Amino acid sequence: MNDFAGTTTLVRLALRRDRVILPVWILVFVSMAAGSAKASIDLYPDVASRVSAAETTNSSPALVSLYGRIYDPTSLGEVSLFKLTSFGALLVGLLAALLVVRHTRAEEESGRLELLSAGVLGRYAALTAALIVSAGTVIVLGLLTAVSLMGTGLPTGGSFAFGLTWIAAGLAFAGVGALTAQLTEGARTANGFTAIVLGVSYVLRALGDSSADGGSRWISWFSPIGWAQQIRPYAGDRWLLALAPLALLVVLVVAAFALIRRRDVGAGLVRPRPGPATAAASLRSPLALAWRLHRGSLLAWGFAFLLLGFVVGNIASNVDGFVSSEGAKDFVEKLGGVNGITDAFLSSEMGMLGLLASAFGIQAALRLRSEETALRAEPLLATGVTRYQWLASHVLMALLGTAVLVLVGGLGSGISSGASLGNMGRQVPRMLAAAAIQLPAIWVVTALVVLLFGLAPKLITTVWAFFGAFLLIGQFGPLFDLPQGLMDLSPYAHTPRLPGGDFSATPVIVLAAIALALLVAGSTTFRRRDVG
Amino acid sequence: MTSAIVVSGLHKSYGSTHALDGLDLEVATGEVHGFLGPNGAGKSTTIRVLLGLLKGDDGDASLLGGDPWHDAAKLHRRLAYVPGDVNLWPNLTGGEVIDLLGRLRGGQDPKKRDDLLRRFDLDPTKKGRTYSKGNRQKVALVAALASDVELLILDEPTSGLDPLMEEVFRQCIEEERQRDRTVLLSSHILSEVEALCDRISIIRRGKVVETGTLADLRHLTRTSIQAELAASPNGLAQLPGVHSLDVEGNRVRCEVDTALLDGLMKQLAASGIKSLVAQPPTLEELFLRHYEDDAAEPVAATR
Repeated sequence: MNDFAGTTTLVRLALRRDRVILPVWILVFVSMAAGSAKASIDLYPDVASRVSAAETTNSSPALVSLYGRIYDPTSLGEVSLFKLTSFGALLVGLLAALLVVRHTRAEEESGRLELLSAGVLGRYAALTAALIVSAGTVIVLGLLTAVSLMGTGLPTGGSFAFGLTWIAAGLAFAGVGALTAQLTEGARTANGFTAIVLGVSYVLRALGDSSADGGSRWISWFSPIGWAQQIRPYAGDRWLLALAPLALLVVLVVAAFALIRRRDVGAGLVRPRPGPATAAASLRSPLALAWRLHRGSLLAWGFAFLLLGFVVGNIASNVDGFVSSEGAKDFVEKLGGVNGITDAFLSSEMGMLGLLASAFGIQAALRLRSEETALRAEPLLATGVTRYQWLASHVLMALLGTAVLVLVGGLGSGISSGASLGNMGRQVPRMLAAAAIQLPAIWVVTALVVLLFGLAPKLITTVWAFFGAFLLIGQFGPLFDLPQGLMDLSPYAHTPRLPGGDFSATPVIVLAAIALALLVAGSTTFRRRDVG
Repeated sequence: MTSAIVVSGLHKSYGSTHALDGLDLEVATGEVHGFLGPNGAGKSTTIRVLLGLLKGDDGDASLLGGDPWHDAAKLHRRLAYVPGDVNLWPNLTGGEVIDLLGRLRGGQDPKKRDDLLRRFDLDPTKKGRTYSKGNRQKVALVAALASDVELLILDEPTSGLDPLMEEVFRQCIEEERQRDRTVLLSSHILSEVEALCDRISIIRRGKVVETGTLADLRHLTRTSIQAELAASPNGLAQLPGVHSLDVEGNRVRCEVDTALLDGLMKQLAASGIKSLVAQPPTLEELFLRHYEDDAAEPVAATR
């Protein structure tokens, strides 16, 4: 057992380091579940109201792919909480995996673990401790959630099954984190791998759930999030399904231990290879450098967008399968028939792609600031590169990168929806247009980063708060009856809804002009301020 | 004699911290100029103003005959800069960074680049994230020294180098001097400045307090004398410029203002000199003289 020496000490160290953040996260999740249950219970006083809500949900491909299906339309618990079952499982999984990487690879990368390893510390101690902390957090989180749900008056069995759904997903992804932490030298890359696995799991579940009955619903079974969701809290409580994610955890942890035995402290499975001794002839401008710095993440995002586009387009073609019940048919007719609902679905999904692409744009533009604070801008600005050239190199990557992303997403959805609807020639250009129309709003938000960079570099990360506010206004503004003037503050509110909606050039031109003004203001103020 | 750098009355504040307080600095074309001061004295701030990265609040600065703020990019093609903290892009190799920086300046000499890589014992195929601090510094040094430029601005370039590499660095600077390139070398390592620099400016709390050749500066300070005389000396205590006099029989130890050395010698010679050791002040003593009173008051951190 020498390999595990020091585990208890490390667990205590981790709990000491995270003594604030862990309770906060647990509280966030517990109150999210309880709050959501409380708010929804009053909305559905009788069985009829639940059945009608459930049918509406089950007949909306957008809702089913985003949140999953409602299996028991009469169940108060399921109708109230279905939005948090798999979506919450995704977030709990993310939390669990991040915790494991934080206490293993991140510590190793910083060199702090080496300091401790010099003392009495078994080679498995760090990972074991991280798993204990992560699993413990997830289990406490799940149990408290169950208790809080019982407190809102929901049945005990279902409440614990709901908690178990989250615990199961958390445990599975703690295992994923344990494995990815072994692969590379950098914690960021490990988190990147984890995010990919999480994303693929969620997409597989979405694909399966949104398939027609008897179609490819089995796809969900390839996803740990799908397993967790299939426990079906308040609609059967299939407890035994929790064994599947648990088995995955065991397999992944055994694999991670095997990898630890084979590698040195600090090293990854993927060794950094030496690179070229001289630069390629093309690496001779700030733009060429910016391309080198952004291309990796752009490639990964581009691949994800293509995949997402295909998925979205594919789900759109399943719309027929949703129109089975009478209630659903009425609902669909109100939305303008099958074509109408397909277009409505596609346009709202394009809006989602636009939001996602904005996240890339923000992150790419934030590179300006991180290059500056990491003192990597200084040596470049001390060469013949002007400040405008340097700024433009990263801004171009952000603006063109977002364009590439939405177009790739639009192309993917055009091809897959066109192929299954049998009108590729019409659908591809329609979807490309629907994708391109998102760009002005995306660029306004990206240009906001540039303005902050010039004007108030220390406050630059507040752009995420702006972004979050725009997002909330868009999602919940109508629900809370916010005044139109407030909702109009979000650039995304002005994007014409395509395909299917009316196109109007004015908002597009105004948004583009605002983006341009922000860019000009940002770059001139940057020219005038101190660097560093 | 033309000047590569002329700074006069330069002021720069960060919030309430006064980093530069009327700084004057002149670097002649073709000289190696030592810019000497402890951490936080304002060396890096001065250099950043000269590079147009910071805008001075008041005063004038001219670099290679141009305005460092307005003509920044144009002037930068004629100079190379090594920052005190060198950070590299994690995914680029050292060789790529060297080439990139060279191309963004006025170009570089590939033969000299390879020669420098060999002399500094630097592997150019490693990725930026895997270099140690010293090796990152070498990357920046090779990139600067191999560049085809008139002026080198080096901000504490040897802070991460081992003694062997410091020696290589000194040889390189010696060669630059012979090629008549201008070098501004900021440092807090006195022996390095003493060995390399034609002229020195000592900076203290955002002001240059002393400037000149090492000989000039020594002239302003004291030489320490140990002498053994044939007879007991007399009248030494009354001589102007003699300090810490210590007489033991025929043996004398004292310090004397270097400008007034002549008077002391005559007085000693009158008693008959049997042996004499005269030590010129080291730069360290020079330096300490300016900073002694700082030890009592805390120095405001700048940067």
